[in-house]
Amino acid sequence: MTTNAPTRHPLPARRADFGRKGSAFLATHPRARLALLLTAPLFWLVVVYIVALVLLLITAFWSVDSFTGQVRTEWTLDNIIKVLTGSLYQTVTLRTIGVALAVTIIDVLLALPIAFYMAKVATPRMQRILVIMVLTPLWASYLVKAYAWRSVLSQDGILEWLVSPFGGHTPGYGLPATIITLSYLWLPYVILPIYAGLERVPDSLLEASADLGGRTWPTIRHVVFPLVLPAIIAGTIFSFSLSLGDYITVNIVGGASQMLGNLVYTNVGAANNLPLASAIALIPIVIIFGYLFLVRRTGALDNL
Amino acid sequence: MKRNPLTARRGATVGLAIASIAVLTACGTQSGGTGGGEAAEELGEMEGQVSILAWPGYVEDGSNDPAVDWVSSFEEETGCEVESKTYGTSDEAVNLMKSGDYDVVAASGDATLRLIAAGDVAPVNTDLIPNYDGIYDFLKDKEWNSVDGESYGVPHGYGANLLMYNTEVVTEAPTSWDVVFDRASEFSGKVTAYDSPIYIADAAVYLMAHQPELGIENPYALDEEQFQAAVDLLKEQRQHVGEYWSDYLKEIQAFQTGDSVVGTTWQVIQNVLESEGASTAVVLPEEGATGWSDTWMISSDAANPNCAYAWLNHIASPEANAAATSYFGEAPSNDAACEFREDCEAYHAGDADYASQIWYWTTPIAECVDGRTDVECVDYAAWTEAWQEIKG
Repeated sequence: MTTNAPTRHPLPARRADFGRKGSAFLATHPRARLALLLTAPLFWLVVVYIVALVLLLITAFWSVDSFTGQVRTEWTLDNIIKVLTGSLYQTVTLRTIGVALAVTIIDVLLALPIAFYMAKVATPRMQRILVIMVLTPLWASYLVKAYAWRSVLSQDGILEWLVSPFGGHTPGYGLPATIITLSYLWLPYVILPIYAGLERVPDSLLEASADLGGRTWPTIRHVVFPLVLPAIIAGTIFSFSLSLGDYITVNIVGGASQMLGNLVYTNVGAANNLPLASAIALIPIVIIFGYLFLVRRTGALDNL
Repeated sequence: MKRNPLTARRGATVGLAIASIAVLTACGTQSGGTGGGEAAEELGEMEGQVSILAWPGYVEDGSNDPAVDWVSSFEEETGCEVESKTYGTSDEAVNLMKSGDYDVVAASGDATLRLIAAGDVAPVNTDLIPNYDGIYDFLKDKEWNSVDGESYGVPHGYGANLLMYNTEVVTEAPTSWDVVFDRASEFSGKVTAYDSPIYIADAAVYLMAHQPELGIENPYALDEEQFQAAVDLLKEQRQHVGEYWSDYLKEIQAFQTGDSVVGTTWQVIQNVLESEGASTAVVLPEEGATGWSDTWMISSDAANPNCAYAWLNHIASPEANAAATSYFGEAPSNDAACEFREDCEAYHAGDADYASQIWYWTTPIAECVDGRTDVECVDYAAWTEAWQEIKG
């Protein structure tokens, strides 16, 4: 059949011939195959992501003309020195790290029991419902959620109304409000990896521990915790790095406080000092790289 | 030893990456020039659209309030579809204009000179704007809208930054800015201030009256010592500030909920709060105030210059000028506009003496704008830096 095909249907056969030749070529040339597959995504990754980051790094070594606002492309270390030695940047960096750590700790403490219940206690039906409930907030816009917290935490907001009968008060706008809002925003990102990690802990191990006389706490401490630690760290990478770069939430509920993101924002926006903004932006990048370097050995990066 | 082909390839990749970075950086930095180009000689056909960058409340097409609309008539007359964007601080406007996406900008005095110096706006041929004749003479050819006798735009209106207070909390109507400075502790955590380096001038205006020994003549011409005094005052105020605002909607909400009870504001914010029944009032304190005098300017690479000129003419017309300035709560720039609004006297429209008592936003530069030559003044870059430190 195939030998007759060209004479009977010359046109379609020819096309098929091209396709066949092409696939034959690709089958015998794995490198060409790989090149075709990866060119577009790699182009994206390199140009949009890596080049942008490298440009940021380079811009940090330039300066800006204070009156016209044009960037002067002469090499200078001024911005880096200013960011490293200025007391403003040190205070704000410490504050930002503090907020990010607090958010991370709160999120892990909240996520652990929820994830444990989802993975080990709930029925399959309940499990699905809970996963949907955890994911639902992600469907709403970040801004809507932040503004919702702005009205919740306000002086005549629902929180004040709830706690005032017991002599409590809303924290108002400020760093506590920022921590509460960020913890809320990033909670799903912490629950999901921990839930996935707990799912992978075989029930038989829990039973074995019980058979050997292990009570709840020793089982959790010596069996469950070491197994899910990488998943927990994977979750903390999300909450920590997302908090570190945030500037919108703190702008909405943070009152008069500033975080590193705000300094970057005002230097790009108000001050129009892109080089200094780039230098400040390097601080969270360095912190995150340091954090990733520390947790690399725990295997957390395989859990992302 | 055999040469590893991977090394060669890696070398080529690195080379390529460096080349592409070099190209991109070259593109990124060579835009923008020093000159703003030439003023138009004559007008051509309308392009059918115009994009405008302005303060909130300057370009109203009835979508916020059906009764507030001076854009639709313009669109009908000229066929230019208006697209507008609002901004919250002059710095934001200067930055947005660098994108080249806007044909027209309404800029305050602390932005105009920076826009001109950066070449982002072009000189305006006022002969092509018939309504320019009706503008008050004391607003024409000023240091914030003209350079070397060449006009860069059409004056829009002027007004003062006022003191707003919640009448339920601040029961005794304040007459001085001291409620946000020396007496700020009484309202600790509920004081608000404008989130821009230019707010340092508000502290300087206060010091002019309360610490005359500093010898401040002009709040935008501060030498090192005067500047430090203003910064110290603001650092003290910072402990009592609940939040800084630059988004006017944020301030409206904060005064509605009681999260802010006293602080600096614009008349337009009071108008909105009043219409929603909030218990707030505004006052122009006895120390005087900072303020703005705004100018409509045309971008040096405007895509729609003819529609831009048409807009400048429209907004300078008595009807549109009256509607826009009355809605924002400022004095109009057009003498005939007062026939179309009733509150001109409240804003002292046309009163050149009163207008001279408001300290209009001006970009502080090293060469003192008050004429002193024996000292060097603190420039705006230092103001920005100090502002970040004040916020801490």
